[in-house]
Amino acid sequence: MITAVQKPIDEIREMIAPYKKILVLGCASCVAECAAGGEKETAMLASTLRMAAKMNGEEVGFTEMTLDRQCVKEFYIRLDDVIDQYDAVLSLACGAGVQAVADMFQDVPIIPALNTEFLGETKDQGLWVENCLGCGDCMLYYFGGVCPLARCSKQLLNGPCGGSMDGKCEVNPEIDCAWQLIIDRLSKIGALERLEKIYPPKDWSKKQGGGPRKIVREDQQK
Amino acid sequence: MSDISQLKKVLEKGEFAVTAECGPPKGADAEAVLKKAETLRGKVDALNVTDNQTAIVRMSSLAACSLINTAGLDPVLQVVVRDRNRIALQSDILGASALGIRNVLCLSGDHQSFGNQPQAAGVFDLDSIQLVQVVRGMRDQGTILGGETLDSPPDLFIGAAANPFADPPAFRVVRLAKKIGAGANFIQTQCIYNLQRFGTWLEMARDRGLTEKAFILGGVTPLKSSGMAKYMKNRVSGMDIPDEIIGRMEGVAKEKQREEGIRICVETIQRLKEMPGVKGIHVMAIEWEEAVGEIVERAGLLPRPIVVS
Repeated sequence: MITAVQKPIDEIREMIAPYKKILVLGCASCVAECAAGGEKETAMLASTLRMAAKMNGEEVGFTEMTLDRQCVKEFYIRLDDVIDQYDAVLSLACGAGVQAVADMFQDVPIIPALNTEFLGETKDQGLWVENCLGCGDCMLYYFGGVCPLARCSKQLLNGPCGGSMDGKCEVNPEIDCAWQLIIDRLSKIGALERLEKIYPPKDWSKKQGGGPRKIVREDQQK
Repeated sequence: MSDISQLKKVLEKGEFAVTAECGPPKGADAEAVLKKAETLRGKVDALNVTDNQTAIVRMSSLAACSLINTAGLDPVLQVVVRDRNRIALQSDILGASALGIRNVLCLSGDHQSFGNQPQAAGVFDLDSIQLVQVVRGMRDQGTILGGETLDSPPDLFIGAAANPFADPPAFRVVRLAKKIGAGANFIQTQCIYNLQRFGTWLEMARDRGLTEKAFILGGVTPLKSSGMAKYMKNRVSGMDIPDEIIGRMEGVAKEKQREEGIRICVETIQRLKEMPGVKGIHVMAIEWEEAVGEIVERAGLLPRPIVVS
C-alpha cells in the first residue's frame, strides 16, 4: 500500500489560512490502513482545526467527508454535487489522490494534508516499512523476496557493501542490512548460488526513463 | 607522468607495492594538493586520491589527480557511484584517461547521510562491481554500456576495494570474486588490525585462486591516539580493531601514542609482507600524510623501485 503521515498542524494552518469554508476530505483506502487519512483521522484533523480556529478567533467552517478512494474517478466524481459550497478542499489522500481531485476540480484549491511516504507494509501495530520502489521490473525472485533497491541504502544489486555489521546497515543500526536478509533467505531456500553471478546495471527506463508512466490495458477499456 | 601506470609496472614486476591515500583539500588551492603529494614523492608507487570521502565536499578527485599527474606522480583516481549516474561516470573515465591518469579505484562511496550534505540525493545508478565491469568493457572491448563503440578506449589499471572484516564473513570472498570477475586488476583492502581474521579471508581467497587473478594490497592506517582507536572500533562500521590493539594504544602516555600507532602499523606491514597472496600495502594515514614516509622506511620498503617499461 501507499503510506503517508500527516503534515505538521502549523503547516496545514498556513496553507488553509486564506479560506473560510473548507472541506476536509479523507480517503478510506491505503491512508486509512496507515492511520493517516481515513475517516477517523479526518474527523480528528477537522476537530483540531476547528479548535485552533476558535482559539484564534477565526471564523472558518470545516466539513468532513471521506471517499472510498480519492484516486478513482467513480468515487471522486461524487464531489461534483457538493464542491461548490467550499472555497478549498483539504485532502487527506496520498499525492495521487490529491492530484486526481485537483485535476477534476480545477477551480478549487486542493490542499494536501499528508506527506506521502512510500510503498510498504504494515509490519506491526503502528509500524510501517518501505519495501518497494515500483521500479517496473520486479527482481524479487533473484533476491529471495527481499528488494535490494528499496531496502539497501546504497541500492546495491551486488551487495553487501563493506559496512554490513551484525546484520545491520552502516547508515543506521536500526536498519536491517538488506543483503544480510537476502543471503539468509537464499540460504534457507538453497539458492545462494544466485549471488555468484554479477547482476547488470538496473534498467531505470522502466521507472523514470520515459517520463511519467502510464499503464494502458485495452482489454479493460470500454 | 608516463603512458603506463607506475603501480601496474611495480606489481607486474613482482615488487611489493606501496600506495598511500591523499585526500584533496576543502578548497580550490592547487598548491595544497601538490604540497601533500610532494610529501609522498619517492615514498610510494602511486597515490590514491579520494572522491568526496565520508560524503564531505572537497576538490574533485579528477582535478586533484590531474594536478598530481602533472607533477610527475602516479595517481589512483577514486570514483564513487554515490554522486554520478552512468553517463557521468563513463564520461569521467574517458576524461581521466585523456588527462593521463592510469589507475582507477571503483567504489560505492560512503553514504551521503554521513557527510556535510545529508540532504543530497544518493545516485547509486551503478554499484561498484558494475562500475568495474563498465570500465573493463570500455578499456578491453572499447565499448560503453549498451554496446556503442568508442573512438578510442581509455587506458586504465582497474582497482576495487574489499573489506575482509564486514559481515557476513563467508560472503566477503564471494564478493571479492565478483569484483575480480568483473575485471578488477588490483584490490585495496579496508584497514587491517585483526591479522588473524585477515589471514582467514586471504586463505579463502587463495583457495578460490583469487590471489593469482588480482594483486591484493593490504590496507593499513596508523592510529594517532587511543581515542581514535576506540572511535574507529565503536563508530566506524566494518572496522575490526582487536582489544589488544586498543590496549597497546592505551598503555602508553598520550604524547607517545602516535609513535605506538606507527609501531603497530609497521609491525602489521611486516606481517603482511610474509603472507602469500599479499602483493603490497595501501597506507591510509588520514590527515597524517607526513607519517607515511616514516612508516614505509621503518617497514623496510625504501627506496621504491624505479621501474622502466
